[in-house]
Amino acid sequence: MSKETPVNLSPETLSRIDEVITHYPVKRSAALPLLHLVQEEKGFISQESAEWIAARLELEPINIYELVTFYPMLRQKPIGRRHIKVCRTLSCALSGAYRTCAEFERHFNTYCGEVSPGGEVTIEFVECLASCGTGPVVMVDDELHEKVDEARACELAVRIKAEAARAPGTGGEQRK
Amino acid sequence: MPEQRRIIFQHIDEPGYSNDLACYLRNGGYTTLRQAFQRKPEELIEEVKRSGLRGRGGAGFSCGLKWSLVDRKSGKPIYLIVNADESEPGTFKDRHIIHQDPHQLLEGMMITCFANNVKQAYIYIRGEFPEGARILERAIAEARAANFVGPNIAGSGYCCEVYVHRGAGAYICGEETGLIESLEGKRPYPRIKPPYFPAVLGLYQCPTIVNNVETLCHVRHIAAVGGAAFAKTGTPGNTGTRIYCVSGHVQKPGCYEFEVGRITMGQLLYEACGGPLPGRKFKAVIPGGSSAKVLKFGERFNGRRKVGTTLEEYNWALEDVPMDFDSLALVGSMGGSGGVIVMDDSVNMVEALGNINAFYAHESCGQCTPCREGSLWMKRITARMAGGGARHGDGALLKSVADQIAGRTICAFGEACAWPTQSFVQKFGDEFGAAGSAAPSAEALAKAEAPRAERTRLV
Amino acid sequence: MISPPKPDLITVNVDGREVAVPKGTNMIEAARAAGVDVPHYCYHPKLTVAGNCRMCLVETGQLAVDPATRAPIMDPATGTQRINWAPRPAIACATNASPGLQIRTTSPLVKDCREGVMEFLLINHPLDCPICDQAGECKLQEQATGYGRGYSRYIEPKNVKPKRTALGPRVTLDDERCILCSRCIRFCKEVVGDDVLGFIDRGSHSTLTCYPGRRLENNYSLNTVDICPVGALTSTDFRFKMRVWFLKQTDSIDAESSAGANTVVWSREGVIYRITPRRNDAVNDTWMADSGRELYKAVRTEGRLADIRTGSGGPGGLDAAIQAAAEVFKANAGACAVVGSGRSSVEEQFLTRSLAEGLKAPAYLVSRVGKGDGILVSADRNPNVRGALVTGLVASLPDRNLSGLASAVDAGRIKAVVSVGEDLSEAGLTGAQLAGISIIYLGTHRNGTSDAAKVVIPTLSVFEKAGTFVNQQFRIQKFSAAVPGPEGAADDLVVLARLIEAAGVRRGQAGGLAAVWSEMEAAVPALAGISYGNIPDSGLLLDGTPWAGLPFVEGESLHFQRVP
Repeated sequence: MSKETPVNLSPETLSRIDEVITHYPVKRSAALPLLHLVQEEKGFISQESAEWIAARLELEPINIYELVTFYPMLRQKPIGRRHIKVCRTLSCALSGAYRTCAEFERHFNTYCGEVSPGGEVTIEFVECLASCGTGPVVMVDDELHEKVDEARACELAVRIKAEAARAPGTGGEQRK
Repeated sequence: MPEQRRIIFQHIDEPGYSNDLACYLRNGGYTTLRQAFQRKPEELIEEVKRSGLRGRGGAGFSCGLKWSLVDRKSGKPIYLIVNADESEPGTFKDRHIIHQDPHQLLEGMMITCFANNVKQAYIYIRGEFPEGARILERAIAEARAANFVGPNIAGSGYCCEVYVHRGAGAYICGEETGLIESLEGKRPYPRIKPPYFPAVLGLYQCPTIVNNVETLCHVRHIAAVGGAAFAKTGTPGNTGTRIYCVSGHVQKPGCYEFEVGRITMGQLLYEACGGPLPGRKFKAVIPGGSSAKVLKFGERFNGRRKVGTTLEEYNWALEDVPMDFDSLALVGSMGGSGGVIVMDDSVNMVEALGNINAFYAHESCGQCTPCREGSLWMKRITARMAGGGARHGDGALLKSVADQIAGRTICAFGEACAWPTQSFVQKFGDEFGAAGSAAPSAEALAKAEAPRAERTRLV
Repeated sequence: MISPPKPDLITVNVDGREVAVPKGTNMIEAARAAGVDVPHYCYHPKLTVAGNCRMCLVETGQLAVDPATRAPIMDPATGTQRINWAPRPAIACATNASPGLQIRTTSPLVKDCREGVMEFLLINHPLDCPICDQAGECKLQEQATGYGRGYSRYIEPKNVKPKRTALGPRVTLDDERCILCSRCIRFCKEVVGDDVLGFIDRGSHSTLTCYPGRRLENNYSLNTVDICPVGALTSTDFRFKMRVWFLKQTDSIDAESSAGANTVVWSREGVIYRITPRRNDAVNDTWMADSGRELYKAVRTEGRLADIRTGSGGPGGLDAAIQAAAEVFKANAGACAVVGSGRSSVEEQFLTRSLAEGLKAPAYLVSRVGKGDGILVSADRNPNVRGALVTGLVASLPDRNLSGLASAVDAGRIKAVVSVGEDLSEAGLTGAQLAGISIIYLGTHRNGTSDAAKVVIPTLSVFEKAGTFVNQQFRIQKFSAAVPGPEGAADDLVVLARLIEAAGVRRGQAGGLAAVWSEMEAAVPALAGISYGNIPDSGLLLDGTPWAGLPFVEGESLHFQRVP
């Protein structure tokens, strides 16, 4: 639980961390940016990462732990290789978001919130993604997909599987 | 049928328009900034006051008044925070500005900074816009290279830095003091006001202006055409244009920019948006983001209101209500963020409220008692009702719980989570069971018990 | 003493009652000054304002005046000035007194606010009262009774959170009971500087915790138990031991150090169950150290002296002991020494001095110095060295070792020692030296000196007698007897008075607090004009200037600055 706890961030991440801290007159403000940078590289925030970030910003580990558990986008455990986020708020629900999610669950043989068999995907409900006019709205990793009814969900699922088949190292590893 | 006046949205979805600086400059961009930086900052503030611009983020608070409340005597640095956390359900306008016309926002920002002696600005963008954050950072880098951001802006000697700060999925970060706490690296618990008014004790306890993305774009426009000209558009007290985001059960959902109050609900939904889906009828509409009170088709509103200096009678069907802040407040709702969510007669209002209550229960930060416990309680009640477990008196109970939240919390989230429940139960009492006396009607119960597969699941 | 300058007073009105309060007073305190109770949870007078419980919502108003002329607008119905009440209620804890501010706490709106907040606090709260230690001193119980609706309408499932967490070595946490007021978090951060507690998760699932692997183990952790309004944070030591309504409360002073934190001793039928701090805004606010609370455990340990011993023979009565002591004095006239204690009360030190004078004996004290923590454990671990100075028992600060006494013993100049509670072997005297002199020992626990003593008279601990201490501020503070001592123990003042007589000094009065005080008032300059009964519960500052030049060991702590 010290600065020396090995976290092994890449030099690129470390230099981006150094740079982002300079954006704020008070170091603590860099907490969220650092959490994003670490999660981008590692896939999630481990206890070691949280302690490292706290030490880097001269905070107590509890100060970081409080944030990781508050914000839904920050996670403490690894997820599937692809992250499928289905908006469940009113406008998207009105256009069938629950059916969309069920379609994804069926395709990947998994339930919402879990890592699918083989570590392929994690499907999650999220709240309003601010594209209500083109619902149901789905984000796959950083990409926005609009008007994702059951048919389009099926297409997306097929595409995700195809991309997985082409990508290297697809045997059963969870997303790092 | 009034025409759209696409001023802020002039270039949105325009074929061939790209979000880089070169395109923005080709289309006359940053000319207004150059002119504004030749003027006195106080003059710019006067223009904004004269314009009557009201915030477009949800509260509709006078932008000129907000700027004038800033403490300029403390000697502390003044900050500008752009609220790009667009999270109010039903709202999707800032997304387009950020992704497709980011320099418009930047130009409005820098003019605002210059007018208010701000040397450091942050754009707080919601975490779910990762591409938007990248686009903004690229735009800032371009602008810095061209001296529109950073030291010596447009050769004026004025300097101001801008950084992008990403959120991580919390609606409460859209509340100005919750946003400030989040930017400071803490849990985004809104602050008690008094004493923590951002204009006096904001970011790092310094005077801070928090403005919505669209509002700052209007500032740019005001600097270009002048406050008096701006004030002639829209309607008195509700000046300028605004972007209405229509979603739900209409033929053509999307963003529409009209002069505020120069379009009615009926014109917006039937003519601009093509009316209801085939074979359906409009049932209800939430006019200003899910926090706004719901309005029922078939309702009538009448009374007297001030128009100019005279008192006028009004007698409106819902379709007749002008879409401005004051009129919507008059009929018991609000203009809010401009997010118009339309529900037709296929919707079970208990389930729709259940969907909304689940949102608020999930997003409550948990700091203060009424919202923390009350929002979850309301969610549990509507979930139980939607699952077939409705009991006698649930409607009255929902209303009573909501009444115990609104007005008693640290921030406006209390009203935001209470108003939907209060208005849904009041307007659609038959589906919720009348206040404590009758059980839900047979028709309503039959609807609730209809096989799930036949209805769109909402909760 | 210079009296403090009069603070600006502002007049506000609470439920029709006018009250003048200093500038900066919040409306909970202003209402208290007007005799009105405003219920609250998260507000604490010694912590920053959080404003999250919403229980203290009240209606606020301003006197109506004509905007143009500023003339008061009258209400024809009552003939008094009309009040414009704000439509929204405001939290009293965050509303500071301003001239003309009106608040009302008995209106239908305020009643509804309180019933609403109470209902909300109870809907996810577990029905633990029958097994919860907080029962009887629980703010939820009190305010539900006083301000709640009296019934619940909640039929949904309740939140489930971790129960029975060992948050630290002395504190147990039940997260289901927690009402998320954040008092504990603010205390640890602001008063102790140990930012170890926080909330995780969100909304109604928010949970108080430490970071995994960290513990709430600072030396002030039990204060979080005191300030927790509910049974979420409880003392592991006190858990399930006793219902609080059976306990008697006695005011006392923490004898751990010269900080002199004010305390309350809770006991039943002669047994102490716990110690909590007592509020004193000039000494310890509402806090005390965990280590000071543990001192009550020493009252009933194995080494507690309970029998009078005379000579190397068996036990005897007090008379026999005094007789034996008299013989020791006679046999060693002119070669006696008296070792008093910085842990004795002022009254005991006064009598110890009389004894030393009567025996023409030098008087010693033993010092105990540790590291001050800057809060309420000062560097001087004797609570009452200044009492010894004030009474004249000693004229300078004590040493750790009684090397002077040791060499006098070796030289044969001292052949008998009366020790009032000090273990001479701990103060540097060897076993051989102890064996070579006659010792009369008064004390509570067995040690090397009591073993070597000719006469052993068990006396009372601080919890079993009454008296005063003078703390590092030179404040004299009272403590009272909470429990009786063990059967064989005698009151120190009675024993000392009889020893003085045994030394040949005629005393007109017997020992006993009142008698000693009338003597002290006359004989001790610093106590002139003070009577025991006149010392307020918050203590009285004495004039410490005669000793201002001494090298006291204490550094800065709460409400104490070292005078250079």
